[in-house]
Amino acid sequence: MPSLDPTFAALPLRELAQAALDRARELGVDHADLRSERIRQQSIRLRDAELDGVNETVDSGLAVRVVHRGTWGFAAGTVQTPEAAVRLVEQAVRVAEVSAPVNQEPVILAPEPSHGERTWISSYELDPFEVPDTEKIGLLTDWSRRLLAADAVAHVDAFVYAVKENKFYADTHGTVTTQQRVRLHAALEAVAVDESTGAFETMRTLAPPVGRGWEFMRGVGWDWDAELAALPALLAEKLAAPSIEAGVYDVVVDPSNLWLTIHESIGHATELDRALGYEAAYAGTSFATLDKLDTLKYGSPVMRVTGDRTVEHGLSTVGFDDEGVETQQWDLITGGILTGYQLDRRIAQLKGLNEGRSNGCAFADSPGHAPIQRMANVSLQPAADGPSTAELIAQVKDGLYILGDKSWSIDMQRYNFQFTGQRAFRIKDGKLAGQVKDFAYQATTTDFWGSMEAVGGPETYVLGGAFNCGKGQPGQVAPVSHGCPSALFRGVRILNTVQEAGK
Amino acid sequence: MTGQVSPQQLAERALGHSRAQGAVVLVEETSTANLRWANNTLTTNGVAADRRVTVISTVAGATGTAAAAVTQAGIDEETIEALVRASEKAAGDAGPAPDARALLAPGDAAAARGSRWEEGPAGTDIEVFAGLAPALGEAFDAARSAGQLLFGFAEHTVVSTYLASSTGLRLRHDQPTGKLELNAKSPDFVRSAWGGVPTRDFADVDVLALGAQLGQRLDWQKRRIDLPAGRYETVLPATAVADLMIYLYWTAAARDAADGRTVFSAAGTPSGTKVGQRIGGPGVRLWSDPTAAGIECAPFVTATSSDAQSSVFDNGLALTSTDWIRDGVLEHLLTTRQSAEETGLAVSAPIDNLLLDAGGSGGLEDLTRSTEHGLLLTCLWYIREVDPQSLLLTGLTRDGVYQVEGGEVTGVVNNFRFNESPVDILNRITAAGATEGTLPREWNDYFTRAAMPALRIADFNMSSVSKAS
Repeated sequence: MPSLDPTFAALPLRELAQAALDRARELGVDHADLRSERIRQQSIRLRDAELDGVNETVDSGLAVRVVHRGTWGFAAGTVQTPEAAVRLVEQAVRVAEVSAPVNQEPVILAPEPSHGERTWISSYELDPFEVPDTEKIGLLTDWSRRLLAADAVAHVDAFVYAVKENKFYADTHGTVTTQQRVRLHAALEAVAVDESTGAFETMRTLAPPVGRGWEFMRGVGWDWDAELAALPALLAEKLAAPSIEAGVYDVVVDPSNLWLTIHESIGHATELDRALGYEAAYAGTSFATLDKLDTLKYGSPVMRVTGDRTVEHGLSTVGFDDEGVETQQWDLITGGILTGYQLDRRIAQLKGLNEGRSNGCAFADSPGHAPIQRMANVSLQPAADGPSTAELIAQVKDGLYILGDKSWSIDMQRYNFQFTGQRAFRIKDGKLAGQVKDFAYQATTTDFWGSMEAVGGPETYVLGGAFNCGKGQPGQVAPVSHGCPSALFRGVRILNTVQEAGK
Repeated sequence: MTGQVSPQQLAERALGHSRAQGAVVLVEETSTANLRWANNTLTTNGVAADRRVTVISTVAGATGTAAAAVTQAGIDEETIEALVRASEKAAGDAGPAPDARALLAPGDAAAARGSRWEEGPAGTDIEVFAGLAPALGEAFDAARSAGQLLFGFAEHTVVSTYLASSTGLRLRHDQPTGKLELNAKSPDFVRSAWGGVPTRDFADVDVLALGAQLGQRLDWQKRRIDLPAGRYETVLPATAVADLMIYLYWTAAARDAADGRTVFSAAGTPSGTKVGQRIGGPGVRLWSDPTAAGIECAPFVTATSSDAQSSVFDNGLALTSTDWIRDGVLEHLLTTRQSAEETGLAVSAPIDNLLLDAGGSGGLEDLTRSTEHGLLLTCLWYIREVDPQSLLLTGLTRDGVYQVEGGEVTGVVNNFRFNESPVDILNRITAAGATEGTLPREWNDYFTRAAMPALRIADFNMSSVSKAS
């Protein structure tokens, strides 16, 4: 079992908290919380089996958030002493004072029981920062060479990105949490170039980013050897594949592609702060507004979507959120009907959802940023005795099977989306019939999920996700996982991207 | 922060501790303040101060020189040595770097010089909004009276960067970056208008005037027209042009082009790229210039990592006005000293601003008045690459698409998803405005310094209708 990083534990965290919270009480705030964070990140990138760059960044600092006379105030700095913590409290109160003329709606936070002193560490085996760089670079070099050895492969990009996140939180209500999470994302992308025409295609590994340690690179939770062995032939087939004929097709979507469609068209659309307009000028709003709760037909009856911050190896998983709320699991869509939202303490109180308690979705990506409502792991549940992917494909007479995420875009109310993929196979009479290229699928959210005829069984379920979900101003980046089975959709509009370019 | 060792002292300490063949130290002092609002009220705010130090060590080995960069926040005199050691260890473990070149020295023609090294860091704090906050309060009152809601964000950031190298470079740059975005909506969120302004100090920001302008746009939106997907003659305001050109710029690494994997690749040419070939219409100039008025940016390379566009070995390289496209011909792609040598192209490292001139004059209103039948956009959103071969991008229109008939706005149209290539667009300009400073709507988290004209584009591909408003 991993243990708490001793250098983080050695910081004078409780002294900082006491100094800050005492000063905050003296200044008469309604609420105060202090976070001390250290986020260690390493990126290693290779190009054609040669090192392109290696960097490591350690972000650390202290953040104080207050509610002062009903207005937020936030201040952050990098010096971690009790004196600096006191100064941050004073700055945060000043920020609240300067902003008071702009505030028309007093901030009240949903109550959360005090959890006292708690420690939480994510589930992983091997801290990636304990593995020598020589081993990491060596492994990526070996994997890149395996791909480059194939005739079809002209170039290979490879990267591994590792994060270790330590957070300490203390508030005026008595909750004090110390937490540690580790996550890892690695991928290789091979490029094939047709020298005679200048045409090129790429294909990337489908291994998802995971809330795991370096063991993932050694085969725990993913079969890298098999994936790397198969990639060159798949890429060669794609380069030579016919261009898709634009039209309407039945589509089986693999979890490696579907997770991103869930993220964009369900994950963001069920964030209550978006539905309330907090993101209206930036990330956008949501068509799934609060007045439609328990009535909006989001999709077909086979659709059940949950939110959680608790699943093992999930990227959004944590013990307590950045407002001291213990994490939970709940339904967002049940039998195809909108039944829940993602909440933080302010909006839970404002709208009285979840019996007036936050479901633990507050997150700040760094000590320099204030927490906002961020995404839980939002996952489409499989059918208990559901079909295999092959059985789903067998139900399609004339269609496509799409794997791997690639390009994505969705509008500011989460209606109209367009996705491409790493590869797609034609399905003819229930069987795969070779790859096609230049495909994209385009739909409106409720039409698409309404056309979902069947979800696969638990054996098709994969936890995908991303490190780079963006939201908020100042911009914040959050990691999040999305689990889903393979699923069958009827009558989806497929574009030809070469035609779209007017060629 | 107060009472700490100065950034210059910290940089010298780091170099003093270095046992590697070469070292570059970057100390970045950042201060930032922000206000955010929605539904005519504040939502979040904050101030933050941050010092981060990057140490790049270069270590010579039997088969070449290696480098690694380690960056850490909150570094002081006690912790700087450990950071230097971590950087040396990482470089030792890394193995030879393909982009290895001798570090630049003050005597090198290519190195930047003279930049007030001794001066202390510049900074900002919440008081930068002392004038804005009451004005915003007034704008909220005005919006409430007009039955409208205001949303938006104001941010001011100042970064002072100190670059010191073991070869003797001592360079410094202050970069103020500011922006205000304002979005007005009807209470049902059906009508929506957006405006944004870049600023260096907020002294020039008139939020009441911007609010009034958006109020007028919402009035235009009272007449609604549904239009189907299709190709339309379309007027793109400067902000939309900026978002498309910035993506083109980000895709312009010579190395990627030479590898045959971008829109700028050209098999069979000496460089493997389209440099020297016509890619846009006559008169089109796209360039960057660190001294461009109002959008000044660092006149030297500060690279905390190596990739296809930059090299840590190039730190301190002087940056000067560079034409990427001149008279429609691709002149330069983004190179490091290494990728320039490999492709036979000139050294032209990334510069943090972008300008476009398409030979036009006048403003958005003039372009609208001269449009017989077409669409007028407000901005673009959620722009993503669909096909690198043609640099096909997709995205959405946002916050007001207007129908123009006989030079007049006749009403608001539904939003669209577009599929278009910024390279292709440069060949389909039917009219252009004058180049003006603008805030890119989509990319302003990363890129704020842009000067672009409004453009009218023939047959802009609106691929499908978006129900979003």
